[in-house]
Amino acid sequence: MDKLIGWIDDRFPLTKMWNEHLAEYYTPKNFNFWYFFGSLALLVLVIQIVSGIFLTMHYKPDGATAFASVEYIMRDVPYGWLIRYIHSTGATAFFVVVYLHMLRGLLYGSYKQPRELIWLFGMFIYLALMAEAFMGYLLPWGQMSYWGAQVIISLFGAIPVIGDDLTLWIRGDFVIGDATLNRFFALHVIALPFVLVFLVIAHIIALHEVGSNNPDGVEIKKNKDPETHIPLDGIPFHPYYTVKDIVGVVVFLFFFSIVLFYFPDGGGYLLEHANFIASDPLKTPEHIAPVWYFTPFYAILRAVPDKLMGVGAMFAAIALLFFMPWIDRCKVKSVRYRSGIYKANLAMFVISFVVLGWLAMQPATPTLTLMSQLFSFFYFAFFVVLFVTSKNESTKPVPDRVTS
Amino acid sequence: MSTDNVDTGRRRFLVTSTSVVAAVGAGFVAVPFVSSWMPSERAKNAGAPVEVDISKLEEGRMMVVEWQSKPVWVVKRSEKTLSELTSLDSNLRDPASANVDQQPAYAQNANRSIKPEILILVGICTHLGCSPTFRPEIGPADLGADWLGGFFCPCHSSKFDLAGRVYQGVPAPTNLVVPPHKYLSDNVIVIGEDGEAA
Repeated sequence: MDKLIGWIDDRFPLTKMWNEHLAEYYTPKNFNFWYFFGSLALLVLVIQIVSGIFLTMHYKPDGATAFASVEYIMRDVPYGWLIRYIHSTGATAFFVVVYLHMLRGLLYGSYKQPRELIWLFGMFIYLALMAEAFMGYLLPWGQMSYWGAQVIISLFGAIPVIGDDLTLWIRGDFVIGDATLNRFFALHVIALPFVLVFLVIAHIIALHEVGSNNPDGVEIKKNKDPETHIPLDGIPFHPYYTVKDIVGVVVFLFFFSIVLFYFPDGGGYLLEHANFIASDPLKTPEHIAPVWYFTPFYAILRAVPDKLMGVGAMFAAIALLFFMPWIDRCKVKSVRYRSGIYKANLAMFVISFVVLGWLAMQPATPTLTLMSQLFSFFYFAFFVVLFVTSKNESTKPVPDRVTS
Repeated sequence: MSTDNVDTGRRRFLVTSTSVVAAVGAGFVAVPFVSSWMPSERAKNAGAPVEVDISKLEEGRMMVVEWQSKPVWVVKRSEKTLSELTSLDSNLRDPASANVDQQPAYAQNANRSIKPEILILVGICTHLGCSPTFRPEIGPADLGADWLGGFFCPCHSSKFDLAGRVYQGVPAPTNLVVPPHKYLSDNVIVIGEDGEAA
């Protein structure tokens, strides 16, 4: 065995890579619950790629046969129902773990110097993931697929001057049709997965270059053993965190299976009821709501009674997150040592995000629209308050070494 | 390899010019790929005009026909409805149909139609492309007591009157589109083609 590895090592940096990224990648010893979600996101990516490959073997990306081929997968293909539900549940699981992973970043200041690029790669992953999910949702070719895509593509029509030509170019027809379905299929199964995998690799390489942050937000590389040059608060990722992550994986798969086997349509929130009806270009469903992971941004769109401003606000809500490393000017990373203002501000942001998400699933009434406007205001206020208060924030003393 | 006597200016020029030429080449290569996303010849040729027979359409009712895969509404309005249209003018964004992109010239009038009572609209909301619902009833609970009938978009609550004119304070920016159309006879309309006079 050693001879074989030696033979490979002479030709390919196998042992070197193993050591750099696992056995000798030193990770802070104080990781908590929040640090499961990065590896879980990687697991979900693998689940989605594998289940997706098998779905393409039975699915037909054709306006005339797409809806029927999904029904065929559900009813006639052996275990087709399971593979499809794994894929649809995986989409929801992906956003659950990614949102928690991003919240972890906000809690412990993981986007701050020197990890700005990790955050930016992560934001691009999030963007690619949203595009991937949106295009995937068109493929079953049901009513929600059709009208959801109609609304999202029309968003680009709000752009002055080029808007109408741009939507025509995206659709490839004067309405959403076979051309749109076919190209979304290509992007969903080839182009975007490539982009996602590339970005994930960049995200991890950048992380392993600067080292992981931790719940105390202190740099473990500042305190190294003088002889071995290993961080005093660091432990090798493998076996310590690989083993810890297995526990996370087991708990995650437990919840995943509950949804997969008992609530695959999530009561209409994961697979919307209107999507069990074949697409009909002449009739919009009574109540259109996006799938839950897009709802906070959709609520912001709906809150603004002007087409261009609404679309602008929605894109700004996502774009602002990219600038977090520069909006937050506080030197202290972890929420543990930051001011009450920051804690309250972050709490309000999280509450706004969740409430907006809920609001977008409700039919619009004047009261709820008013609430959407209020919580959209709070959402944007987070960034303004953060920028203003973070420069001279009264923080608590940060310890030299990680605690506990 | 010796790095003495390297003409760095010359080297920089060669690197820059090679990069620029390559970038221009890449730009040209992108053209066919980007263009392939535009509607194909087949898509352009589809969407021929459709004929509609409205002899069975009753007053106050709407029928839906498909043109270019879009819903097209044909509504027969009553005298009362037509007389009420001007009373809404102050609540509308574009009561006089000043935006010429939203209707052919022959429908740029108070009723937005050729024959006053027959309204023909593309049933696609000018906000984000949902198809609004026909709500002809007067003063329903969800739309308020002063609702005189019209179209309501379930997606983002845009409201239009019975001439397809958009209300103020809703997300839709413009009136609903009147498609090109002409009358072959009293009861037969062709949608998708302008009349000879127009």
